[in-house]
Amino acid sequence: MNALESLGRLTIRFLEYAGGVAALGAEATGFILRLRVRIVETISQAYVLGTQSTVIVLLTSLFTGMVISLESAVQAVQYGFGNVVGGAVAYGTVRELGPMLTAVVVAGRVGSAIAAEIGSMVVTEQVEALEALGLSPTRMLVVPRLIGLLLTLPVLTVFADIISVGGGMWIAHAVANISPQDYITSVRQTITMTDVGKGLLKSVVFAIIIALVGCYQGLTTRGGAAGVGKATTGSVVLAIILIFTANFTMSYLLFR
Amino acid sequence: MKRGESIIELDDIELAFGEKIVLSGLSLRIPAGEITCIIGLSGSGKSTTLRLINGLRLPRRGRVIVKGADLCGMAYAELIELRKSIGFAFQFAALFDSLTVGDNVALPLRENMRMNDAQIASTVRETLEMVGLADAIDRLPAELSGGMVKRAGFARAVVTKPEIVLFDEPTSGLDPIVTHLLTKIILDINRRLGATVVVVSHDMQSVYQMADRIALLFEGAIIAEGPVEEIRASDNPIVQQFLQGRDQGPIPL
Repeated sequence: MNALESLGRLTIRFLEYAGGVAALGAEATGFILRLRVRIVETISQAYVLGTQSTVIVLLTSLFTGMVISLESAVQAVQYGFGNVVGGAVAYGTVRELGPMLTAVVVAGRVGSAIAAEIGSMVVTEQVEALEALGLSPTRMLVVPRLIGLLLTLPVLTVFADIISVGGGMWIAHAVANISPQDYITSVRQTITMTDVGKGLLKSVVFAIIIALVGCYQGLTTRGGAAGVGKATTGSVVLAIILIFTANFTMSYLLFR
Repeated sequence: MKRGESIIELDDIELAFGEKIVLSGLSLRIPAGEITCIIGLSGSGKSTTLRLINGLRLPRRGRVIVKGADLCGMAYAELIELRKSIGFAFQFAALFDSLTVGDNVALPLRENMRMNDAQIASTVRETLEMVGLADAIDRLPAELSGGMVKRAGFARAVVTKPEIVLFDEPTSGLDPIVTHLLTKIILDINRRLGATVVVVSHDMQSVYQMADRIALLFEGAIIAEGPVEEIRASDNPIVQQFLQGRDQGPIPL
């Protein structure tokens, strides 16, 4: 009975949470469709959110591309497939690792910052002050962050793809003596613009997940400084779980 | 609405947070254009009562009528519109910490009023002058003293010239001089704007200086309400114990 009760409570909490995030997303979409967007604040958020994670995204992507190349290049050359290493690195990066790793890094860096900032505003009554002034917290806080991430995450993903494939090329040349020309030819033969487009579509979905989860965790913060910490950690954990789930689902639907 | 007519009516309110009932059977009428002070013990639900008036909290029973409209059955969009005519000065000011004092005060004008930049700048300056903060226009909230933060919160609450202004513990935690200054500012706001002012406080010296009427909230309901002199002369032992600040009497501590 206790296990059933716990399962029931967990299900209700999950549905409440999912409903809350969905309602927040619907309200934000309503403001965007009615063009009730604070332009200056949105540009400022896009700049801040983008620059916050650029260096860490580029570093993560560089080393990911390098390690894939390191693991595959020597083996491939041994078996006489050195001319497909570039394609292998690019295939994994553009379709899967580029969008997903970028999103995971941004969820850790930016999603947590969004939850912490809005959570602090909740516990210091700033969000209630917005409502008291007749202003919607969704329009004032959520919409600029959502659009900011929608603009920056695909751009960061393109940077991540390029630097990852570039890092792979350098390592392939250094450890397996694969020429950059062969590597690039392999990339061109393997990857199409459709692959790049589908990867970017993934990054758009991930941007929505990171922004809405971060904002929702922030807006539902309770209990002072400890609550802000809990909201921040929760936003990262939930966003990463959702990113992995969405990534698998989209790969299944887009690349099958 | 004419001075003295009822602009806010709380009727048989019950409000709970989870299982804990905070307000029960609370009824209160607040006349237009006057200063009504709601007093009561700490944690008695005074700030919650204030939040009922602008719809930041909704009761589970009873009616909240503001300017003739019942907040309880109101659509969210209507509630947002109504809030634009109600200023709210929070206990800890709740200034937006990433904005300067000037931008904090300008925000409701930028978002809710059709004004150009020059009009906004002049209205902000005028309002900050009214609260004696014109020199702090470019400072961030973190750079202000407690009294200055409160005054900046006052300025943001009244910059749109609302019909009703709500003050939550405006003088708590401040020295007597700043308390006197803030009390004078509230009187000034009431006189200059003709606004209905509702103040939640337990600073009795300040309450006696500014109030036209006093309402005492005790155990979730208003147990005494009326003009200041009437309340001071009340023979209700709870009222007398509270006003005199005695620890002996019917109020359980």
